[in-house]
Amino acid sequence: MYYERPETLQDASRLLAETKGTAYILAGGTDLLVRAKSDHFEADLMVDIKSIAELRTVHHTAEGFAIGAAVSCADLGRHAALKAAWPGVVEAANLIGSAQIQSRCTIAGNLCNASPAADSVPAMVAAGARAIIAGPAGMRTVPVEAVPVAPGKTSLGQGEIVATIEIDNRPPRSGDAYLRFIPRTEMDIAVVGAGVSLTLDETGTIQSARVALGAVAPTVMLVAEAADAILGTRLEYAALERLAEACSAACRPINDKRGTVEFRKKVAGVLARRAARIAYDRSRGA
Amino acid sequence: MRFDATYQDRTYKSVGTRPVRPDGVDKVTGRARYGADFNMPGQLVGRILRSPHAHARIGSIDTARAEALKGVKAVVTADDLPDLSNGDQAHHDLLDNCMARSTAFYDGHAVAAVAAVDARTARQALKLIEVSYEVLPHVVDVDEAMLPSAPVLHDTIFTDGVDPRPTTSSNVAARSEFGHGDVDAGLAAADVIVERSFKTEQTHQGYIEPHACVASVNSDGTAELWVCTQGHFVYRQKCADLLGMDVSKLRVTSSEIGGGFGGKTHVWMEPVALALSRKAGRPVKLVMSREEVFRASGPTSATSIDVIIGARHDGTITAASAELRYSCGPYAELWAELGAMTSFACYDLQNVKTVGYEVLVNRPKTAAYRAPSAPMAAFAVESVVDELAQKLGMDPIAFRIKNAAREGTRSSYGPVYGPIGIRPTLDAAQAHPHMHAPLGPNKGRGMACGFWFNFGGQTCTDLNVNADGTVTLAVGTVDVGGSRASLSLVAAEELGIPYEHVRAVVADTATLGYNDMTDGSRGTFSSSMATISASRNAIEVMRSRAAMMWDIPVEEVIWEDGHAKAIGASYGNLAPLSVREIAEASGKTGGPIAGHSEMVADGAGVSFATHICDVEVDPETGSTRILRYTVIQDAGKAVHPDYVEGQYQGGAAQGIGWALNEEYVYGADGRLQNPGFLDYRIPVCSDLPMIDTQILEIPNPSHPYGVRGVGETSIVPPLAAIANAVSNAVGVRMTHIPMSPPRILAALDARTKG
Repeated sequence: MYYERPETLQDASRLLAETKGTAYILAGGTDLLVRAKSDHFEADLMVDIKSIAELRTVHHTAEGFAIGAAVSCADLGRHAALKAAWPGVVEAANLIGSAQIQSRCTIAGNLCNASPAADSVPAMVAAGARAIIAGPAGMRTVPVEAVPVAPGKTSLGQGEIVATIEIDNRPPRSGDAYLRFIPRTEMDIAVVGAGVSLTLDETGTIQSARVALGAVAPTVMLVAEAADAILGTRLEYAALERLAEACSAACRPINDKRGTVEFRKKVAGVLARRAARIAYDRSRGA
Repeated sequence: MRFDATYQDRTYKSVGTRPVRPDGVDKVTGRARYGADFNMPGQLVGRILRSPHAHARIGSIDTARAEALKGVKAVVTADDLPDLSNGDQAHHDLLDNCMARSTAFYDGHAVAAVAAVDARTARQALKLIEVSYEVLPHVVDVDEAMLPSAPVLHDTIFTDGVDPRPTTSSNVAARSEFGHGDVDAGLAAADVIVERSFKTEQTHQGYIEPHACVASVNSDGTAELWVCTQGHFVYRQKCADLLGMDVSKLRVTSSEIGGGFGGKTHVWMEPVALALSRKAGRPVKLVMSREEVFRASGPTSATSIDVIIGARHDGTITAASAELRYSCGPYAELWAELGAMTSFACYDLQNVKTVGYEVLVNRPKTAAYRAPSAPMAAFAVESVVDELAQKLGMDPIAFRIKNAAREGTRSSYGPVYGPIGIRPTLDAAQAHPHMHAPLGPNKGRGMACGFWFNFGGQTCTDLNVNADGTVTLAVGTVDVGGSRASLSLVAAEELGIPYEHVRAVVADTATLGYNDMTDGSRGTFSSSMATISASRNAIEVMRSRAAMMWDIPVEEVIWEDGHAKAIGASYGNLAPLSVREIAEASGKTGGPIAGHSEMVADGAGVSFATHICDVEVDPETGSTRILRYTVIQDAGKAVHPDYVEGQYQGGAAQGIGWALNEEYVYGADGRLQNPGFLDYRIPVCSDLPMIDTQILEIPNPSHPYGVRGVGETSIVPPLAAIANAVSNAVGVRMTHIPMSPPRILAALDARTKG
């Protein structure tokens, strides 16, 4: 296996495009290096993107935030403006693993690992985040939910790299939140995850909403019916119940070692309800 | 000198203090050498090929392509580990588990192994070994394995302990029965009866250090084994037996140990490492991956247990009975028997009966796990005891006190108890502020009692007094929980010298007589007894040397406060001689000074504990948090209280993991789904409250200081205490361990719908 550490996005893309064997992109490595220790792992090329300077920064512009693919989750937690605008995204990124893991792992890596249980992904989907993809044919932009297509599989072509995650600035009276269910208190993998992002009008009525669920389907789901259930409401009890029902109904989970279908359906509703409450309180500045 | 092990009340100078452990600095600075930290010149890397099937007949194994790979120095299969068992079934089973012979009995069962110049080559070689399997039907569930329709693992197994002997083979290897009185009559006399069935899933000890060893077999047939084990003398014996070696030709050194909890009392891949080294002619290091540890070392039994207990309105238990079905993996063992023995050991019962069934399944060979078999039995029994107390309208502690075993009670498994600590732990629990603290909504409190036998066994210790008066203590019980510190305290106490003057080491098998393993909570109990004996023998030598130095009769020399003192008015002007003064002169008074001890440490003294636990359950997700936890246990005498408390806390922590989340999850294909710490969830620090401990000291009459083993009992009550707490919090009796969030939520939903 070859390990390469290119200094430009073009070189990284070219290395990946030209290889004939199995290639992996190494960002934080918190998933890849664990897998590489397994007896079943085979690779011909590992391309480390941490030496590409432009991927190591967060740019905050008039439009929003551009988060480089090699920025660690811990660094996101230290970015005051991002934290103020998107507390749910930053919290989700800093639920991953332990402090040591967070100092290495990245949200782009979390996205491209394509686990349905990835913590930062439902929060990014709820936030309407976009992935800027660099490849042999240039750059293209897709909603983040278009990157994973199945557990462990992405829509990236050969030679393509998610270079940047873009998230818009926030209008006033907006808030987001992410909650996950884990059997332990930390160092665990989501059995269900729920991300909610809201914007309110001046009367406290929900003007726009996005609700995303993790670990309840082969990929993270954007649940339009759940958002519809709370649009135009002030998140009263009945609206929260409708939200929970819509989430439970939308889930397509499986029975596995981490939970049952019934458990995931029920808890998806519970977490969405709780996350919506937090997002609503944040929107009102409470 | 004849050794008197009888308890003597005394005041202590060293015992009972809390000095820093001698292995502490090495451990916190990373210098301590664990199993994988040893290396030898020319060492090869060993890897094991494991069955991907839960149950499969092995047709052929073609190793030619692997052997032809550059860098491969040896490939071994069962052919390289010939069967020398000569009718000894346990020996055969051990060998078969180390390397499958005709059949792979579980996912992960070893079928071949390689030794190569590096890990990459060894990995490649494994892929080149071609095994033809005929996949057979499998069974992993303990209850399903007992059904007449279940696939039978061995057609040679006809249930032992059943009269007449069954005529058809089955997966039930043995039946055992304990008890006395007439249970039916007792139940007929009861005013209230509670009967319930319980299940517990299979758990692993979860020791952080995987199995690891380096084996080196020389061309003259001598061999060395460096290994992480709880008992290097036992490993030596087992490996020598399996490989047909003289015991004297195999020298085994135990490394530091990153946890064992019973899982390192059995050999797994050590005989394979020796076979690889024998064939390759070079040292071989074999280290299990975490996945291998889960798939192919020894977890504890999964169980299915029925309990019935009846009591009168006044709270007197009139009868108690249990049937216990324990999974054993593919080989017959005695786990259900231990469960049947411990079930009702806390209580004074007129009518009691327990029946155990050893059940074979297509899972890894079951190993001991800290008070093996007792926690599951206690879960079932203490759950029913709790429910019975509720039905009688009695306080759970008062109900237990009313029925608690005491000195003179005939235990449910036979023996009559001497002085025991069950009642004092219950009294302490009743008085503890924890029992009286208020509880909020969604919170529940549970308590439970636990029992463990404890064990003594063969023990050998050498104590050498060095020329400067310091002491080197060589023990043969592996230090798994701070015993080098505890034994140094004991030697210091006996000799009357400072703790810092004693250095304890774990000697290898070539330099000390045989010792049983560190199991059965015997490490400090038995080695402290041997250390006391060795110290007293050394004191005898020093008395005689002092007598020689003074030229007076030895009868007129006593040992006091670390000094030889001459007694009698005529010796008033003789200054006492210190250990150092006697040691410095030893070259002229007869040579080195030492004390030895070889013994069977009898009278380990049974152990009891009572635990109290508060939980909070999220009724919408079934998530449980442990809010508060208190362990009250009899230690006999706490030699080093820090490590006694550590044992109490460690048992509780492991019990919390077992109660709430840990379980082996098998797929429909019989393969283990969660062989790693991501999905086999042991508790992390933030899952646990500070575990409060209370040490009671009811002296063991058969130990000079009153010491009892403390290592195991602490894992017996937690499953029950937490299940009682959760049941009280949610208002539904929880009968299936682990009480994972999906199980709790399902139980709550069933109640809502029901």
